[in-house]
Amino acid sequence: MNDITPDEHSPETDPDHDPGHYHLRLYVAGQTTKSLAAMTNLKRFCEQHLAGRYDIEVIDLMENPQLAVGDQILAIPTLVRRLPSPLKRIIGDLSNTEKVLVGLDIRPKADQS
Amino acid sequence: MPDQQANPTLPKAPTGIEGFDDLTYGGLPAGRPSLICGAAGCGKTLFATTFLVNGATRFDEPGVFMSFEERADDLAANVASLGYDLDGLVAAGKLAIDHVRVERSEIEETGEYDLEGLFIRLGFAVDSIGAKRVVLDTIETLFAGFTDPSLLRAELRRLFGWIKERGLTAVITGERGEGQLTRQGLEEYVSDCVVLLDNRVEDQITTRRLRVVKYRGSSHGTNEYPFLIDHEGISVLPVTSAELDYAVPGGVLSTGIAGLDTMLGPGGFHRGSSILISGQAGTGKTMLASSLVDAACRRGERCLVFAFEESGDQIIRNARSLGLDLDQHVAAGRLRFEAARPSLFGLETHLARMHRDLDQFRPQVVVIDPISALRGSASILQATLLRMIDLIKARGITAVFTTLRGDGSLMRDDDLGVSSLMDAWIKLQNLEANGERTRTLYVMKARGMSHSNQIREFLMSTGGIRLVDAYIGAAGVLTGTARLIQETQEKAVSELRLRETERSLRDVARRRSAIERQIEELRAGLDAAQDEEERLRAEDRLRAARVEAERQELTARRSAAE
Repeated sequence: MNDITPDEHSPETDPDHDPGHYHLRLYVAGQTTKSLAAMTNLKRFCEQHLAGRYDIEVIDLMENPQLAVGDQILAIPTLVRRLPSPLKRIIGDLSNTEKVLVGLDIRPKADQS
Repeated sequence: MPDQQANPTLPKAPTGIEGFDDLTYGGLPAGRPSLICGAAGCGKTLFATTFLVNGATRFDEPGVFMSFEERADDLAANVASLGYDLDGLVAAGKLAIDHVRVERSEIEETGEYDLEGLFIRLGFAVDSIGAKRVVLDTIETLFAGFTDPSLLRAELRRLFGWIKERGLTAVITGERGEGQLTRQGLEEYVSDCVVLLDNRVEDQITTRRLRVVKYRGSSHGTNEYPFLIDHEGISVLPVTSAELDYAVPGGVLSTGIAGLDTMLGPGGFHRGSSILISGQAGTGKTMLASSLVDAACRRGERCLVFAFEESGDQIIRNARSLGLDLDQHVAAGRLRFEAARPSLFGLETHLARMHRDLDQFRPQVVVIDPISALRGSASILQATLLRMIDLIKARGITAVFTTLRGDGSLMRDDDLGVSSLMDAWIKLQNLEANGERTRTLYVMKARGMSHSNQIREFLMSTGGIRLVDAYIGAAGVLTGTARLIQETQEKAVSELRLRETERSLRDVARRRSAIERQIEELRAGLDAAQDEEERLRAEDRLRAARVEAERQELTARRSAAE
């Protein structure tokens, strides 16, 4: 239907597939304060909770607007959890760590130790 | 209708929706967002889709459809029946469809955000095909997906500003809300043009209506206009015009019934007039109308028949019994039947359909059979008929209305009400007498012409409709067999009288000849007497002469002796 080809990666065919691995994609639009805050927050958060088992892909829609359709992006910034499935969407600058944990289905660190 | 023309400086984008562009004097405001609101099932999405498709196909303005509810496939399937090929337009680069899925459960809010993604998507779609038109259907869905309404409102304000900045003509649809036009008060943001669609049910009959609530910088029709959604798409019909300034076409229209034509001074009805044929069931209203239609079609005119009680085929079949072949006219495209039960639509929708059919078919003669089948309260019915007549007259079309005249007083009142709107009124009546029913016809009125005031007997046979002078005499109006009997009687009486007169004449002649004979005899007697008199006088003269001669001889003899 659409001329904008969705950028679909099927989780099953992903080479890095392993149950504990987090494949995250952050959509931003230019270097706005919200985008920069989201990037900083995400990095900090991942180091804290997912050290060694994550990779982050940052997509700037200002440069690649055609990619917005594929993941149904409306709000900016949006963090999409591509892996593990199911797909999850978190919007906002990720300043509320608790909600990010819920959104990404990660148990707090306290449980892990 | 507003009397002033639209401000020419305000550019407009035609929607291509029949009627709508007329009542807004050109369409929606170009380069601005317009709001189309209404309850579920009003036709908002169809309106929006039509706006885009017409833009792409007719006005060379590509468009972007951003759907927040229906998926692109569903959208295409929904309008395929109208002949809109969305997939084809997408392939041709004249249309882009973006389905925006908003799923509350999939969204976790973790801080500050904005809707820049929506802007980017819309902007990308617009740029990819060079779009001039945009549809957002229904943007209020966003309020269900995001928790911060104040942020959404700010973003919507920004979005509409962005649309204006980009010079996009946008249609934004909104669901009707309680106490306001839309649920989220979108009308606050889209202030240039607001169109309200409505779908009202009265007496179990649905009528769609459209109203331009607001149109900044332009005049527009302010009434509620009925609109149609059918296999030909959406069409709005401004049929409330009530001006009486239409031109009257010249000429006379023959009714196709010789006897009826001679009852009317000019030999038929004036063209463009409205003719009412009233009569009870079985008086031959439809057949009279059929004869008129047949005559018009034979002259090569186009006729449109709105039948409310019979199907077109049935009328054709019934007309065949009069020797009228309406089939050939249908085949030749000169005759069209539009049959629909009156209860199928509301009065407005009937009017609207009529409006569209009249403009499409462009007939010279229209038959509405019968108007008494239309149901509604008296005042609404009256208004509807008035507009119906205006609709037809404004186009210079000759209209034939039939009506059943019942015995109920309401019906009679209706009849009288209608009759004042009619230029001519033919009344058909069944006379019942001596166990026999006879059809009669008379011309109640015919504006602008002299006409016969006499009642005619109305005969229907395979040879068509024939009018016979009814017997009007001392015994009253007689028709049918009674008329025949009376006529026979009269004939006998007059024959008798004739014979009597002849006999008297013969008597007189005889007497006259006798007298003449007597005169002859007397004259002969007179002649004889005259002859006798002559003879006697001659003898007398002769004798006198002889006496004189004898006396002279005597005198001479006496003198010689002396």
